[in-house]
Amino acid sequence: MKSVRVIPCLDVDQGRVVKGVNFVGLRDAGDPVELAARYDAEGADEVVFLDITASSDNRETITELARKVAEEVYIPFTIGGGVRSVDDARLLLRAGADKVSVNSAAVHRPGLVSDLAAAFGSQCVVVAIDAKSNEDMTWNVYINGGREDVGRDVVDWATEVADLGAGEILLTSMDGDGTRNGYDLELTRTVVEAVQVPVIASGGVGTLDHLVNGAIDGGADAVLAASIFHFGEHTVREAKEALLAAGVMVRPPVDEL
Amino acid sequence: MIAILDYGVGNLRSAQKGFERVGAEVHLTADRGLIAEAGGVVLPGVGHFGACMRELRAAKLDDLACSVIESGVPFLGICIGMQMLFEGSEEAPGVDGLGVLPGQALLLPDGLPRPQMQWNQLSIEREGSPLLAGIKNRSWMYFVHSYAVETEPDLVVATCEYGIDVTAMVEQDSLWATQFHPEKSGELGRTFAENFYSQVLGQ
Repeated sequence: MKSVRVIPCLDVDQGRVVKGVNFVGLRDAGDPVELAARYDAEGADEVVFLDITASSDNRETITELARKVAEEVYIPFTIGGGVRSVDDARLLLRAGADKVSVNSAAVHRPGLVSDLAAAFGSQCVVVAIDAKSNEDMTWNVYINGGREDVGRDVVDWATEVADLGAGEILLTSMDGDGTRNGYDLELTRTVVEAVQVPVIASGGVGTLDHLVNGAIDGGADAVLAASIFHFGEHTVREAKEALLAAGVMVRPPVDEL
Repeated sequence: MIAILDYGVGNLRSAQKGFERVGAEVHLTADRGLIAEAGGVVLPGVGHFGACMRELRAAKLDDLACSVIESGVPFLGICIGMQMLFEGSEEAPGVDGLGVLPGQALLLPDGLPRPQMQWNQLSIEREGSPLLAGIKNRSWMYFVHSYAVETEPDLVVATCEYGIDVTAMVEQDSLWATQFHPEKSGELGRTFAENFYSQVLGQ
């Protein structure tokens, strides 16, 4: 039976967790390792770290983060941001990350996806796609934090990366991200129906209902959110309770396992 | 001491941590001497069945794994490490598995996302496995795989439902294998690791 995963996402800059509104005006929400361990204890199904540090001398910091998280967290975690090569990915996976997520680098060189899948297996290759809607119910792929239109249709790109060996797609609506207005459900549903690999819905969660909508109306295999968890508005437990109450199959909160 | 067979594949650090957290001394190793001394041996594996078999053979650990199993030392295969114990996989036609157990890994059916990358509930088919002590029927474990083993029902300790009844765990004497990842299955994964470690200490 399909069960929907609840995934807190931690945006990390210089080793600290931040979450911005439309990627501007970042707020510091704490220590990534501590937060991840808390989410694990609450029953999170996975944790995603997106490294948004711009500088390229950051590889050591993020690798160290992977190492520390692996010491404290016994659920799968993904690290994304700045992974440009098989070697970058190897460092993170060796440090203890279960999956790496690639975005811009895959757009620039789609062969990276197949290289990663060949080197480590599809199960540890997540392709993150940032999508912005056009006026005709289609979506284009964006990179550089939503600033640059690649001129590529999202469904087309999602299908290609799945064929290249992506094990999962992390689909973020750039229109929704940071707005707290909910996922772009049309986008989610369209991509879920186009690919066989699991799709993580992302971008725009402001309420627990949004998670439910992502699972039911969007058909997402996993629902990702950031700020509603970090600032203590809702716990992972509450998210799971809301999903269960709506009839969505999830792994129950931890002490009911 | 637990030896985790290091043949260059997978997130071995997770597997190591998964047993260190229950107090075991754990070595990631391809050293034959060390492996021969181990009280328990773990064969991890992720990625492609064919690539895993190739690397396992290249590291000359295939025959060693078989002789460890034959000797009765507690042995645990995880994920592709489980599938490799069988005769082969649809993922790599023509590539022989270790053939310690009868059966093949077959592609999961269409209709649900593939890979199965999620938590799923164990349906315990055979009570009394020492590795499931303290783990109840319908417990949730973390799975990530596109192929699953089809084998003789007698070997199957637990399944999970994913379009079909997926073989989640097998047991034969002191040989165990799981399609799920105990090292990524939170607190219940810890219980599982403790149970395996008890078998190791019992030797």
